[in-house]
Amino acid sequence: MKPGTRLKSAACDTEVMVIRCADGQIECGGAPMGEAKPAEAAPLAADFSAGTLMGKRYVDADGKYELLCVKPGKGSLSVDSVALVVKDAKPLPASD
Amino acid sequence: MNIALLLEMAAEAAPDRVGLVCDGKRWTYGDLLDAARGAFELIQESQAEYVALLDESSEAALIAVFGAALAGVPYCPLNYRLPDADLKALLGRISPALVIGDEARVTSIAGDQGHLIYSREEFSLKAQETVPADDAREYDPGEGVAIQLFTSGTTAAPKAAILRHSNLLGYILGTVEFGSADEEDAALMVVPPYHIAGISALLSSIYSLRKIVMLPSFSPEGWLNLVEAEKISNAFVVPTMLTRIIDVMEKGLAKDVSSLRAIAYGGGKMPLEVIQKALERFPSAGFTNAYGLTETSSTIALLGPEDHREALASDDPKVRARLTSLGKPIPTVEIEIRGEDGKLVPVGEPGEIYVRGEQVSGEYKEKSALDAEGWFPTRDAGYIDEDGYLFLSGRADDVIVRGGENMSPGEIEDVLLTHPAVADACACAIPSVEWGEAVGVAIVTRDGHECPCETEIKDLIRARLRSSRVPEKVVFVTELPYNEMGKLLRRKVKDVLAD
Repeated sequence: MKPGTRLKSAACDTEVMVIRCADGQIECGGAPMGEAKPAEAAPLAADFSAGTLMGKRYVDADGKYELLCVKPGKGSLSVDSVALVVKDAKPLPASD
Repeated sequence: MNIALLLEMAAEAAPDRVGLVCDGKRWTYGDLLDAARGAFELIQESQAEYVALLDESSEAALIAVFGAALAGVPYCPLNYRLPDADLKALLGRISPALVIGDEARVTSIAGDQGHLIYSREEFSLKAQETVPADDAREYDPGEGVAIQLFTSGTTAAPKAAILRHSNLLGYILGTVEFGSADEEDAALMVVPPYHIAGISALLSSIYSLRKIVMLPSFSPEGWLNLVEAEKISNAFVVPTMLTRIIDVMEKGLAKDVSSLRAIAYGGGKMPLEVIQKALERFPSAGFTNAYGLTETSSTIALLGPEDHREALASDDPKVRARLTSLGKPIPTVEIEIRGEDGKLVPVGEPGEIYVRGEQVSGEYKEKSALDAEGWFPTRDAGYIDEDGYLFLSGRADDVIVRGGENMSPGEIEDVLLTHPAVADACACAIPSVEWGEAVGVAIVTRDGHECPCETEIKDLIRARLRSSRVPEKVVFVTELPYNEMGKLLRRKVKDVLAD
């Protein structure tokens, strides 16, 4: 895994771009994400079904992981079963 | 990651929404992505090492940026205002390139350099017509250079500044919320495509899903007409453009500008008088002063609408002076002021502006200008006041060193401009046998005023500043030389003063 890798959810439509990562397992809807979609969809875990939002960045508490949602879906993101949270952008007054 | 992701996401989220209006034609995000993918095919096939643009803003510029990004070939927009000889030299530095734009001119000055040349129309049409041969095309991963821009070279020969995908994405992802624009929002783009502000405007508008309306060739009347016709909400202008817009409004051209919510400006020093008038002329708009450089992927500091309003309403000279400041560093970069010894200077003291952050490339094709800790020396001189506002005093190279004393041309010019008969002024170093350098000033007299005598000018400076600032030479000129972005060409003034 490296920055720039595009990962797909096994449980929903979610796709993310990896901005920052370490060695843990990146999951969506409770199932591991991969570069290819598995033939058979994984079930959506109830604990990880809050959904992803297009264009949001998701991070862990330690700042080791950062994922950009490039396609939204019903699952929510986690690393080693710990939920990621939305990173607030720092929107500026339109300057260009 | 590749900057083309920005357009891919826009097309994924809103394929049928209009993303670009140019010459009356409307393009959806879906259309634009298809054309960028078509352009990828043309670029791949050409085996060009660069994609160059020698043209005003149009859909071709946008298609070329993203097509080149998908192909992993640097995009290099060129300044069409350069004389033939200079342009030929720049084209020679990027050969073989796929060049879009002024076919006749490129053929005549650089026809033997091995370029593949398309007119704007031909390129746009071919990019739309070309369908990727293979659905599962592998596009460039975006680990290299996205953009190469030749610096304007106001002080020396143009340098090839390079911006990596990671610099530009760092800027956009860190400062723009995806899809944050309302469907009615429209940004009016007049900055030429070879300027960094023209590129960052494309990227940030696409990512926020804000419709771009292009005005390829600026005129104040054309600008006001488009604001009314397209109900423009956002606009970026350089100071000289704003001056000309207010001028035609004062002469009676009345257009509905009530849709304007945000006007950003940058690229040169904004005269206090102009910004004060602008705040009155555009009551619905919030003003933002954006400061940035090519090497920093655009904006690194800004003075926002709230600061503008507060400064204008204040009686405190210190707060009022903020109208001429660059505001504060944006949250994603760090800014420091360092002295000639490379050490931090105390608050309020002038020095060179240093910047660090993901968006800061600080890299030229020949070498990187970053220091070991990643700081970029901007060569701009300035200071930060006790409240954290950044002020620009000129280029570090423009500092006048008289007998070991550093003087900023800006402080001398500011005093000169308080004289009722002085419309414009430039101070620069002139050779001095006694002091190494001394102050010389060139002055433009205001219409309808008597030309002040030399003694009067010297007395004005002596009364307001230290005697070392008193000019040894004063010349009166009909106008000062500016480039098309409103940057004062001090080099040329120096030549006049040296005569």
